[in-house]
Amino acid sequence: MSSSHSELGTGAPDTSAPALFAEHVSKTFGGERALSDVAFSVVPREVHGLLGQNGSGKSTLIKILAGFHAPDPGASLQIFGRTVQLPLAPGQFRGLGLAFVHQHLGLMPSLTVLENLMLSELATRAGTYINWARERQRAREVFARFDLDLDPSAKVEDLPQVERALLAIVRAFDDIRGERAVHDTPGILFLDEPTPFLPKEGVSQLFGLVRGIVDEGASVIFVSHDVDEVLEITDRATILRDGRVAGTLETANALYADFVELIIGRRIEAFQAEAHDLRGAEVDVAASGVTGGTIVDLSVNLHRGEVLGLTGLIGSGFDEVPYLLFGASRADSGTLQLHDKTYDLHEISPQRAMEAGVALLPGDRLGTAGVGDLTLIDNITLPVLSSFHALTGLKRRAMRRRTSELGREFDVRPNVPEKELESLSGGNQQKVLLAKWMQTSPSLMLLDEPTQGVDVGARQQVFGAIRDVAEQGAAVICASTDYGQLAAICDRVLIFARGRVVQELVGSDVTKDRIAEQTVLSLALGNQGEAGTAGHSTEQVHG
Amino acid sequence: MAEGTEVSAKEKRIDWLVELEKYALILAWIALILVFAFVAPSSFLQWPTFSSIIFGSQAVLVVLTLGLIIPLTAGDFDVSVAAVLTFSAMILAVLNAKMGLPLWQAVLACLAMGLIVGFLNAFFIIFFRIHSLIVTLGTASVIQGLILWISSSQTLSGVSPGLIDWVIVNRLFDIPLAFYYAMALGVIIWYVFEYTPIGRRLLFVGRGREVARLSGISVVRVRGVALVASSVIATLAGIINVGTTGGADPLSGLTFLLPAFAAAFLGATSIVPGRFNPLGSIIAVFFLVTGITGLNFLGVDTFVQNMFNGAALILAVSLSQLVRGRKEQGLT
Repeated sequence: MSSSHSELGTGAPDTSAPALFAEHVSKTFGGERALSDVAFSVVPREVHGLLGQNGSGKSTLIKILAGFHAPDPGASLQIFGRTVQLPLAPGQFRGLGLAFVHQHLGLMPSLTVLENLMLSELATRAGTYINWARERQRAREVFARFDLDLDPSAKVEDLPQVERALLAIVRAFDDIRGERAVHDTPGILFLDEPTPFLPKEGVSQLFGLVRGIVDEGASVIFVSHDVDEVLEITDRATILRDGRVAGTLETANALYADFVELIIGRRIEAFQAEAHDLRGAEVDVAASGVTGGTIVDLSVNLHRGEVLGLTGLIGSGFDEVPYLLFGASRADSGTLQLHDKTYDLHEISPQRAMEAGVALLPGDRLGTAGVGDLTLIDNITLPVLSSFHALTGLKRRAMRRRTSELGREFDVRPNVPEKELESLSGGNQQKVLLAKWMQTSPSLMLLDEPTQGVDVGARQQVFGAIRDVAEQGAAVICASTDYGQLAAICDRVLIFARGRVVQELVGSDVTKDRIAEQTVLSLALGNQGEAGTAGHSTEQVHG
Repeated sequence: MAEGTEVSAKEKRIDWLVELEKYALILAWIALILVFAFVAPSSFLQWPTFSSIIFGSQAVLVVLTLGLIIPLTAGDFDVSVAAVLTFSAMILAVLNAKMGLPLWQAVLACLAMGLIVGFLNAFFIIFFRIHSLIVTLGTASVIQGLILWISSSQTLSGVSPGLIDWVIVNRLFDIPLAFYYAMALGVIIWYVFEYTPIGRRLLFVGRGREVARLSGISVVRVRGVALVASSVIATLAGIINVGTTGGADPLSGLTFLLPAFAAAFLGATSIVPGRFNPLGSIIAVFFLVTGITGLNFLGVDTFVQNMFNGAALILAVSLSQLVRGRKEQGLT
């Protein structure tokens, strides 16, 4: 039981043993428990779902198995009956017959299908000559085995999203063929949320491939947010909640509601449409017919002082809305009405949007919101430079004074205007960037994940600042996956699925649990909307 | 309380380091002067050495470098500046000396050429999204061809003596007027960089193009203006070069390219470390020229110039990375 390597080299695999068996897996990050005594077992020839909300520990578990994180002492792991020493070294998973496909696929778009397929081999193989004809032939055989219609010479960037995903999956499985042969094990493939960016037909193609891989004897671990997909493809599923195993379900015997209950921790009441009341409130901002990116025909009204939250699962498009409304990414169509002026969103540029009184605080703090190696003065005064311009040049002292005043108002610590932005903590950076935009007194403030990577104390201050803007009469739109934050600051929350609003929560419904629950249900709500039927079928049985 | 004092003590130490970094280039320059003064006291350490050679003859390089740091600040390379300089000199010589046009008309023609080249560079870089290095490398080569064409590969002389008088012959404190032109340009660029919204916008476009765009800056216009500015300033450098040498030859101007880049990057390690800045650039030019002049006085072959400039460029960039290793440099 000492070393994984010596064990792996000898003996036939135990075919009755689970493909993967992990026990007592815990992980603590700086005093916070991300995983707590998790047990996880996958049998051969099984598609095993792994579900849970954001922060439930799914990705931590996967990262431990991929060797990115070391688990806390006491964890044990067996692969096809052989004990493997933890922690795994980075990259060691491959030698164990594990393969991972992450959401971003890891393909190089400008290279051909064949080059991408051979990427890891090209990266490691010695030798001086590549027999392209033979490699192409082998690629064709691999594709044929899984019934894939992929041209090895096509460029990946010319492929539709579905085929890229299929290629990434085949590649991952193909990469471990050597290990599978050496150890005579069928392999385990992890698919980490491969579906959110795929159209529905694409998902069924992908499932076809998954079944093909299972037919080869391998096991597939399927990470997803989408309960419908889990019901369709998996044999069993493990659900994590707050870092613990909430339960394992036999999919054939489980209902949709059983999954949701395990994911969010309680049974949900039957879905009720909430009547909401905006009568009497002055509509100040109206976006209508907004289409662009994932978003399809979004129309939304806000009144003065309202904070509107946008959320949804990955790929639902809610996070694109602030950028579309600001002209940061171009909308195909749609209009934005502010007070009595109407702007065409296909035409609008960030400059025009700013002049119209719109402000956008992007989520990527040091990438698109501010420049880290410039000072607080530089960053804060950027949108209002012209107001500091006199005949004799920029009024540097006034700029410093403004920065210092805003810093005090927003409680930036340390409030030293000459400091570089990146020398501040995440929370203080965010206060600076909020101040940068708040000073323009926007009538519509757009926020994307305003408290990501912000410590708890600063988080409350950022919330306070956002509410202040609203009280001063601005309408605020905040896109976030942080349900607690949405509950804390929003008057109303819109939940998106596949680019459309599928649920609207107002008043007493704007709670963390309610938002979480409706987000988990959002794909079903979206389907229901498209099918035009009321209520989600809970009799769905998986065969 | 203890913690507070500790922090301030630490900050003081860091401030001292920062100050040293700011003036390290000046110290290095002084050290270089002292070395040559020690080795060759009779020839090197004379006022004419400084007034004529170091300050006087290098106005062209100073002007060229000052133009170059504008697009560099906005995040674009312009390697066509030396070709524009040479072209400008040649146009001036052809129109004025060969065809007999008045000086002011010839100068206007030079400036117009600078505008056109700048616009072309900007057009290809911005609208076709080609890396600036590639585009300006291409325009540089095209311009070199044009220079050989209009000059028939000949060196031209005989421009209006007025130009020469006002560039190199007339002196103040024994230093040719060209030096003061270069200093005046330095002051203007310093003012624009530090005290105008345009300067701030240039900086933001260079450091965070997306931040700039989402803050309502017209990134396209800023980059375009920067590229046009470097071309036009390069034509001015060309005009001064004609005034300095009394004529134009189709090749020698091209050798200004590397020293200009070396000075720009070396200058970015001082005064305002991490930023291309005019004062740093000017000091860097004098540093480089002092080194080369000193080596000449020691009787070293001229090929050492190339080696000195090239080594200085690489050393400058390495130094700035080393000293400020804690962060990625925004120099590219």
